[in-house]
Amino acid sequence: MNFQSGVHIKKEWDIVGARQLGRNRAKELGFGTVDQARIATAISELARNIYLYAGTGRVSFEIVEDINKKGLKIVAADEGPGILDISQVMEDGFSTSGGLGAGLPGVKRLMDDFDIDSVQGEGTVITTIKWVR
Amino acid sequence: MKPLKLDVKSYQELLKQYIVSEDETSLYQAEQFSKMSMQQKISPEEIIDVHIQALKELYPDLPAEIDASLDFLMETMISYGLAYQEFQSLREKQVELQSEISVAASMQQSLLSTTKPNVKGIDIGAISVPANQMNGDYYHFVNDDAGYLGIAIADVIGKGIPAALAMSMIKYSMDSFRETQRNPKTVLENLNRVVERNVDSSMFITMYYGLFNLNTNLLQFSSAGHEPGFYYNASKDEFFDIEGNGLVLGVMNNASYEQYEIQMEKDDIVILLTDGVTECRIGDRFIEREEILEVIKEYIHLPAQEAVESVYKYFEKLQDFHLRDDFTLIFLKKNV
Repeated sequence: MNFQSGVHIKKEWDIVGARQLGRNRAKELGFGTVDQARIATAISELARNIYLYAGTGRVSFEIVEDINKKGLKIVAADEGPGILDISQVMEDGFSTSGGLGAGLPGVKRLMDDFDIDSVQGEGTVITTIKWVR
Repeated sequence: MKPLKLDVKSYQELLKQYIVSEDETSLYQAEQFSKMSMQQKISPEEIIDVHIQALKELYPDLPAEIDASLDFLMETMISYGLAYQEFQSLREKQVELQSEISVAASMQQSLLSTTKPNVKGIDIGAISVPANQMNGDYYHFVNDDAGYLGIAIADVIGKGIPAALAMSMIKYSMDSFRETQRNPKTVLENLNRVVERNVDSSMFITMYYGLFNLNTNLLQFSSAGHEPGFYYNASKDEFFDIEGNGLVLGVMNNASYEQYEIQMEKDDIVILLTDGVTECRIGDRFIEREEILEVIKEYIHLPAQEAVESVYKYFEKLQDFHLRDDFTLIFLKKNV
């Protein structure tokens, strides 16, 4: 079974909704408490980015299966301004919000697989997966 | 994750031992555990997770409130863990940068190296110390067969890597001038054009160029806005400022420079320096020129090289061994 679900992000409150839904999916999949917390933090970062820089967008969840493992796939998509310099936003120490450990490098560390597509003026799609250990 | 599983057991034993005896030994071992975890790049939330697991096995009937509060603590630590990982990766990057800069610094040293010439009748001392790894000050001696000694001292406004890069350009331009172009006024006018054309307009270079005639003992010199040096006249036993108020290099394409002369006699001394010397700070204030002269007077009787090194050591100590700017000092002592 491969059901999909998601949360539309348009106000700060929606970040909490996305975290909650993601955590529930993670629990169902059998993630431990530390990984659940990591997934929730990654969702926060992704949803916050949408809220702050694109205004609106969507965070969706999908259960993915590989030969011998299961994982949670998170897709954060928006139709915002896009990212001009992806290398720069993926760099440690570069953060527009100013926090250490925040931003996309943090999401990459919290999750296992990470992929980003961004077209200027069209939007950004970030796809990231955490596998159940 | 496997080595962590192993650690839960040992952590659990440590925890149990401590709860029973509250001894310092367990706490010391906890410290070791914490250090080992850092070496293994285990983040704080994982330590808390280990603690929760160990605690639940030791006390299966933990109150639900405590249980929930521990989960809450773990969630709170996630961002600290991330920040710690970022810090680690930035630290690695910093080490890489450091080693890259020290390669560049040693390359600069060999590019800008100058040998202090052995000239009969003049005792020369020279020292140049960068505030950071790369030097934005520069001095150079040119000793030719025709009996002339050229002395250059220059300072890029600013310090660090950009200043050091600009300095390499000065050195190579000077190397490319023909010997007929060695009179100070011409040297500075030519360099000014090079700097004006090639260097960003926000970067300025001050420079002093002197040409000493070993046969007539006449020192001719020009200055492009360089920090005035001192001239010690032995017969009057007096120190004078060395004039020179030309425009700094790189401001105006066709700047022209005045040329001055000093007829040097026995025991006369010429002292050249950069603003790293005059802008030494003592606490909140800059040192006064008179104070610098007092320090110089104290060591001037020494052989020139020993003297410049002693003056440097004095100012280094005065500034708590932390230079704010590149420091260059040259003594030319006429001893015959």
